Amino acid sequence: MSTRASTLTGRIMSAPSIIVLFLWMAVPLGMTIYFSFLRYNLLSPGMEEWIGTLNYEFFLTDPAFFASLANTLLLVGSVLVITVVGGVLLGLMLDQPIFGRGILRLLVIAPFFIMPTVNALVWKNLLMDPVSGMFAWIASLFGLPAIDWFTNAPLTSIIIMVSWQWLPFAVLILLTALQSLDRDQKEAAQMDGAGPVAIFFYITLPHLSRAITVVVLIETIFLLTVFAEIFVTTGGGPGLATTNIAFLVYTQALLQFDVGGASAGGIVAVILANIVAIFLIRLIGKNLDK
Amino acid sequence: MGAIRLEKVKKSFGTLDVIPGVDLDINDGEFVVFVGPSGCGKSTLLRLIAGLEDVTDGKILIDGTDVANEAPAKRGLSMVFQSYALYPHMTVYNNIAFGLKMAGESKDVIDQKVQSAAKILNLTDYLDRRPGALSGGQRQRVAIGRAIVRNPAAFLFDEPLSNLDAALRVNMRLEITGLHQELKTTMIYVTHDQVEAMTMADKIVVLQAGRVEQVGKPMELYNSPANKFVAGFIGSPKMNFLGGELAAKHNCHEIGIRPEHLTVSTDRGDIAATVKIAEHLGAETYLHVEADGLGPMTVRATGEMPLGEHDKIFLTPEQDRIHRFDAHGLALGPS
Repeated sequence: MSTRASTLTGRIMSAPSIIVLFLWMAVPLGMTIYFSFLRYNLLSPGMEEWIGTLNYEFFLTDPAFFASLANTLLLVGSVLVITVVGGVLLGLMLDQPIFGRGILRLLVIAPFFIMPTVNALVWKNLLMDPVSGMFAWIASLFGLPAIDWFTNAPLTSIIIMVSWQWLPFAVLILLTALQSLDRDQKEAAQMDGAGPVAIFFYITLPHLSRAITVVVLIETIFLLTVFAEIFVTTGGGPGLATTNIAFLVYTQALLQFDVGGASAGGIVAVILANIVAIFLIRLIGKNLDK
Repeated sequence: MGAIRLEKVKKSFGTLDVIPGVDLDINDGEFVVFVGPSGCGKSTLLRLIAGLEDVTDGKILIDGTDVANEAPAKRGLSMVFQSYALYPHMTVYNNIAFGLKMAGESKDVIDQKVQSAAKILNLTDYLDRRPGALSGGQRQRVAIGRAIVRNPAAFLFDEPLSNLDAALRVNMRLEITGLHQELKTTMIYVTHDQVEAMTMADKIVVLQAGRVEQVGKPMELYNSPANKFVAGFIGSPKMNFLGGELAAKHNCHEIGIRPEHLTVSTDRGDIAATVKIAEHLGAETYLHVEADGLGPMTVRATGEMPLGEHDKIFLTPEQDRIHRFDAHGLALGPS
């Protein structure tokens, strides 16, 4: 791409894909923005009319909005903490030369390949079910009463499931980062008199900071829109206990048939995601341009 | 104090004996260079002394105490790594201070020691920088600074100059030698470069396949190598080894003659040869020749030599500079 001609050719060649990608993103976004200013309910077709920002007012003043916003942040935050801490610890373990490491690594990665719906069904029916679930059986071995997870600790249950799903991703990224740590550095620290704990905090953790940033950024993007696990298990309940923004938008659109309100909710979700993203990049993104 | 003594130090990886058993005495304040071709075990031997590898058998005595089973930090040694192994996320100051911090020194003591080390190594202006923002030579100095502040019984250098370019290498070589004269601390230096070994060492240890081939002062190794390996390894260009009639005349299996101990003449001499390649360096000329009936030889002649390809020349070895070897490659001493 040195001459002007080759730069121009490059632009022309890449234009089609850029245009398609742009339309792919811009058209739905434009339509959603347009719908969000309409009274548009599927139960009363042909009655669409411009109502300005009324949809937004309804959505933002709805108590369900605040409850689901809190749930979203709690869900994202908890899963991030669990996966990053667990990912670092598991990564450290899998980095050691232990027996059966290859198979162990494969097993640890496996949950990531399971689709969210299946994951949720396995947890709901096989593990957390208060009658026939494995956790209930384990509790009964100790003579304890079974916990009805989805009734008594609904959001915690969702957090556990989603964490289980995302832990492998964190392990994968952090393990590769650990493997790239120069052995000489650890040995130099050893010569300097640092014990295993000091080496972890002064050498390993700083080395992992970039990888942790990547994990946090990527996971946040996906965790803001967790849907399948909630849909399959609790359906957002009991009450609003497990409704996050994504699920709230879904209930607006497809349970109340309010396309206008759902569009407004969708736009709000986009704005919220951007706020979180800007906040995150300000906070930790500087780790990336080292 | 830093007298180090190795007694039958042995290291095996599985069934492979990397170091079959080494005995070595290093006196306090000595600059010792371990030299040998790659894979000869010189780095392993250094790592055994440092404590980064466990010995399979034998004793490592530092000032009379056996430290073979002590943790690296307990041995009171500092190491400078080939890759420098600086901590990339710490400033130069913190890199140098890390060992002191781990030792639980107070802030004032740390500051004073770091500043004085930085002064010795000309790093004062760079203390706030991270290693990524330093040149190769500066990184090397930081690595040395990190070693100095701990006030070790001995410094261990693992090929510290091999990542630097040629000009910088010569500079750092002088700096390290100067540092040794200033600190008078024991230094063990590993290199595969015999020039570094010859120029820096008080004592050279030549290693091959985990075995010590010869220990001695640089000039001792140069003038009276114990065997063919040492003779070939020390000195550049390499010593010429000649067999056949010429060797028989000297009553041995093979003779060795250094390229600089051959006199070149265009009309008469002991060995007739044809020039293949002449390398003109100005101060000296390297002639790669094909000697009649003896094979390829190298000659190092002082000054300029107006010789080129296909020129016929005659070579005469300096008689008292001829090394004699037996069939096993051991030196026989002068005839």
